[in-house]
Amino acid sequence: MTRRVYFDHSATTPVHPEVVEEMCRFLKDNFGNPTSLHHFGQKARKAVEEAREKVAAAIGANPAEIVFTSGGTEADNMAIHGVAYTNRNRGNHIITSAVEHHAVLNTVKALGKQGFTVTILPVDQYGMVSVEDVAAAITDKTILITIMHANNEVGTIMPIAEIGRLARERGILFHTDAVQSFGKIPVNVDELNVDLLTISGHKIYGPKGIGALYIRKGTRWRQTLFHGGAQERLRRAGTENTPGIIGLGKAAELAMANMEQEAAYLTRLRDRLIREVTEKISHVRLTGHPTKRLPNHASFCFEFIEGESMLLSLDLQGIAASSGSACTSGSLEPSHVLLAMGIPHEVAHGSIRLTLGRDNTEEDIDYFLEVMPSIVERLRAMSPLDQETEFALSDRCNGCRVSHTCRV
Amino acid sequence: MYSEKVMDHFTNPRNVGEIPDADGVGQVGNPVCGDIMKIYIKVKDNIIEDIKFKTFGCGAAIATSSMVTELVKGKTLEEAMQVSNKQVAEALDGLPPQKMHCSNLAADALHAAIQDYLSKKKKEA
Repeated sequence: MTRRVYFDHSATTPVHPEVVEEMCRFLKDNFGNPTSLHHFGQKARKAVEEAREKVAAAIGANPAEIVFTSGGTEADNMAIHGVAYTNRNRGNHIITSAVEHHAVLNTVKALGKQGFTVTILPVDQYGMVSVEDVAAAITDKTILITIMHANNEVGTIMPIAEIGRLARERGILFHTDAVQSFGKIPVNVDELNVDLLTISGHKIYGPKGIGALYIRKGTRWRQTLFHGGAQERLRRAGTENTPGIIGLGKAAELAMANMEQEAAYLTRLRDRLIREVTEKISHVRLTGHPTKRLPNHASFCFEFIEGESMLLSLDLQGIAASSGSACTSGSLEPSHVLLAMGIPHEVAHGSIRLTLGRDNTEEDIDYFLEVMPSIVERLRAMSPLDQETEFALSDRCNGCRVSHTCRV
Repeated sequence: MYSEKVMDHFTNPRNVGEIPDADGVGQVGNPVCGDIMKIYIKVKDNIIEDIKFKTFGCGAAIATSSMVTELVKGKTLEEAMQVSNKQVAEALDGLPPQKMHCSNLAADALHAAIQDYLSKKKKEA
């Protein structure tokens, strides 16, 4: 049997057995609609509110400030669209960054076609947004700043607390997508100075199809996308996804209980992985910030070869990873995040992301390190890119001569 | 998502490499798009006697390169010119739709190699 190693925890995680157990009770016996007045409804309502308390506690919020959604994408859409339309009389300018998840970036861009003006901030070579750039972009028409807490592709952790302080000083609402950071590093809404914050269940060993939006009490926000019943105190219509909510609550509770220990363990695995990959294989670069990065996140660009062919080769050996190459995104462009960091197209095509999780071991790292060099060697032997002269002679920047986008 | 044939040609590509004294070389694509295919041919008596390829790209790019070399080895130049990207994809039992436009360039690279051979020959003559 092929050995299976799962290194794609930023895509999704296996559901924790204790989460499954809790959820099953609400799929089987406790099937009630939380809105119903009777015994069945009451049981579900009680569990939903307990889950809300757990999620609120995990991010230092009040339970009334938590709205359950169908996931991170819905929460991002709801946050941004709701703030934009509720504050239209105050201004029409929205600030975001070039490396946001598409759930944020495309929502902001859509608003750009609806009478809002948009500033998309650049990032540095590590994918980091600068607080000075945010400050410089603010105008008297700015109503919303939305910058992610940690990047999904390169793991870089943004200076959210500082940006939040700035936004508060200037009276601008501030949203952060914390889907990747929640459960891995501390996420506290007061310490981060955020007004709205997005989290998702399936990135923290919870189920898919559930997420939450934190909306600070008193925030000028209302639901502008979804119309229907009065669920979630008029903030999110539709019968509550009770098993999902229960699952998210349990997953948040477990994540908080184990976070410190798990982060230390994963950081150790991650650092060894990064060190040995860059030592053992030539022409590899780490993408993202070397230290200000998620504890479970390692991402690289392997020069002269393409990401999808690496993923296929890894998968044949039982290793699950992901890539920002064009071939895996379904578009012709490689990852917008890597391009925004100034990585040339042809190098960005060779990106690989390895995101570790609680079940990974030192042996998994050993196995990867055993398998990867020969995969790279095989694909490089097949590559027509001139590895001797075109790239190797210019250590300073391998791509400048072929790419107009290179800004390194 | 890929057929067994694609995976076979991806894992065991046929005719990988270079021909140092090739009679014709063709290259299509560019590294910015994520696909480059380079095909080398050796021609004798109007027949493709040997053919090798080098490819930078995804699984489909590698498999189509491998397949096209297999399809035309031993064929006449006229026959080889008739081989289309579509035929290469069909010979691999199809490609995912999003791969049809970006990574299915192997026949173009072959045709470029043949053109290169023909123009060199013209110069000599």
